[in-house]
Amino acid sequence: MPKIKINREKCKACYLCIAHCPKGLIVIDSELNKMGVKPVKFQKKKDVDCIGCAFCALVCPDCGIEVFK
Amino acid sequence: MSKEAKKFLITGNEAIAEAAIQAGCRFYAGYPITPQNEVPTYMSRRMPEVGGVFIQAESELAAINMVFGASAAGTRAMTSSSSPGISLKQEGISYLAGCQLPAVIVNIMRGGPGLGNIAPAQSDYFQATKGGGHGDYRCIVLAPSTVQEAVDLTALAFDLADKYRNPVIVLGDGMLGQMMEPVEKFKMPALPAGRQNLKCKTDKKLWELSGAKNRKPRIIRSLFLGEGVLENWNKALQNKYRKIESEEKRYEGFHLDDSKIILVAYGTMARVAKEAMREARSHGIKVGLIRPISLWPFPAEPFLKLSGKIKRFLVVEMSAGQMIEDVRLAVEGRAKVDFYGRTGGSIPSKEEILRQITLINK
Amino acid sequence: MKKNKQKFFSRPESMYDRLTHYCPGCGHGIIHRLICEAVDELKIREKVIAIAPVGCAVLAYDYWDFDCIEAAHGRALAVATGIKRVRPENIVFTYQGDGDLAAIGTAETIHTANRGENLTVIFVNNAVYGMTGGQMAPTTLLGQKTATTPRGRDNKNEGFPLKISEMLAILDGVKYVERVSVSSPQEIIKAKKAVKQAFQNQVDGLGFSLVEVLSSCPTYWGMKPKQAMDWIKEVMAKRFPLGRLK
Repeated sequence: MPKIKINREKCKACYLCIAHCPKGLIVIDSELNKMGVKPVKFQKKKDVDCIGCAFCALVCPDCGIEVFK
Repeated sequence: MSKEAKKFLITGNEAIAEAAIQAGCRFYAGYPITPQNEVPTYMSRRMPEVGGVFIQAESELAAINMVFGASAAGTRAMTSSSSPGISLKQEGISYLAGCQLPAVIVNIMRGGPGLGNIAPAQSDYFQATKGGGHGDYRCIVLAPSTVQEAVDLTALAFDLADKYRNPVIVLGDGMLGQMMEPVEKFKMPALPAGRQNLKCKTDKKLWELSGAKNRKPRIIRSLFLGEGVLENWNKALQNKYRKIESEEKRYEGFHLDDSKIILVAYGTMARVAKEAMREARSHGIKVGLIRPISLWPFPAEPFLKLSGKIKRFLVVEMSAGQMIEDVRLAVEGRAKVDFYGRTGGSIPSKEEILRQITLINK
Repeated sequence: MKKNKQKFFSRPESMYDRLTHYCPGCGHGIIHRLICEAVDELKIREKVIAIAPVGCAVLAYDYWDFDCIEAAHGRALAVATGIKRVRPENIVFTYQGDGDLAAIGTAETIHTANRGENLTVIFVNNAVYGMTGGQMAPTTLLGQKTATTPRGRDNKNEGFPLKISEMLAILDGVKYVERVSVSSPQEIIKAKKAVKQAFQNQVDGLGFSLVEVLSSCPTYWGMKPKQAMDWIKEVMAKRFPLGRLK
């Protein structure tokens, strides 16, 4: 199963990845990062898997997401 | 063996161009403007012969920035222009100074301000010696008075530019650029082979951009946003300028031991002043001459030394009075400094200078 | 099984692992990455000399692991010309914004293109001056509000959005011009292809290659990042049609 890894300290909270995840698996974290913004996090959903499309990583302006397959 | 002539006739502009080639310059970019057109014309023919690059740029701005790039890439690079064109180049010169890149800029001065005219003038002294562009920086300024000296100082300009990683201005005027004089034969074939190609340089430039192969990337910049960083950079620049001031002052003095009146003139003007000095001395008036060769750093020492001993300095310029300010600073108020100058392409004649000398001598 | 997972997508090697100074959602970060991806894939990192512009991207060298030089505002292509002529074996590219390339540097842009210099140009068009506070750019759209067009750009006073890529495409010296955008993952994939092509052309000695990238400036467009990306797609790309121009 593909997997993404989010570097929460690089996240500036633009949330482009959330907008582009076709499976809706990225959400806003409630805890602030060191920059003082709420970064994104991967949220597992029942019966919905990451498909490794890398859309999130492609649109991330801050190289904050890695994708593993 | 055939007896070869040791000297040959050449115009100042062409002599400067060939001297640059001889000094290892392998990149020239320029834009046409009278009275320096012989420089780009000569370079367009000569550069390909030595494997160098000639570009007629779309503007003086582009030309100086091409030189900026070529210099960053490690090659000895030059541009030339005349007064209005040099005004346009000031942006690039400031960046060269800020980035500590070597380059030679030739200004064959003409009358100003504005479009002015195409006759010889010396009205860019302030621009050349006091900065010209924005920021706290200095250019080394060399002012040749003969075509032979134009050759020698052009070569020196490249060496100083590399030595100090700083732009150097060769400041001539339309008279020097246009006239033909005998100069010593160039020694082109005797140049070491390594200097014949495009990347010729005298020393290894450990800052040049060549691609980050087997080393860390190099960055050439003049932007420093961190607190205090720019101030430290500027301090380093200023330290360099102090070193240049202590080591690179150049002047020629005539009859400094016994004169009552000392003429001060540079470049073409110094030639006329020298004639006036000779004539005055033939009439028994003890006149000497200081001819600054480096306008920055300004050779202040002889002025201060002579201040107590002489009656008057007489500064003669093809301007409304620019170098006179440096002479006044140099004498620290201990001597009287007079001025005679003409502008707009008029050159003070020997007779006019003699008249001034006679007035002072009364 | 888990341990054998392969990295499928990550930061390109020639891009430093560093937080950028760009605003959230700014397109510069994406374009920086695309350049580094192209450089890595073509294995030219050791040959690259980049010219950073004046504008938000002046600090690009803080993120790129190759030689870099700053150029005065608008002069990037003159500087690039100097470098490339001296070092034809190196891969020289400029990274320029709309103000840099299409306003203050128009002459340098046109003449460098017209000389057919073997250079790569990454032209970032976000229709606004970012670094100085959101003023009108040559590419600002009609009606678009900026700090200096508070009532919206009016062609009677400010002229029209400048289609400089179309202008360049007609020049004999130009080899390749393509307009792309970073408005969506699909567009970013196309943009990457174009950027790589522009570098490949230089490697092959083909001549002047320019990629115009429609990019976002959420801060000075007064939009949220996603909204800004949508605006590129729905508004900007209408005025600046995507696709290969030459």
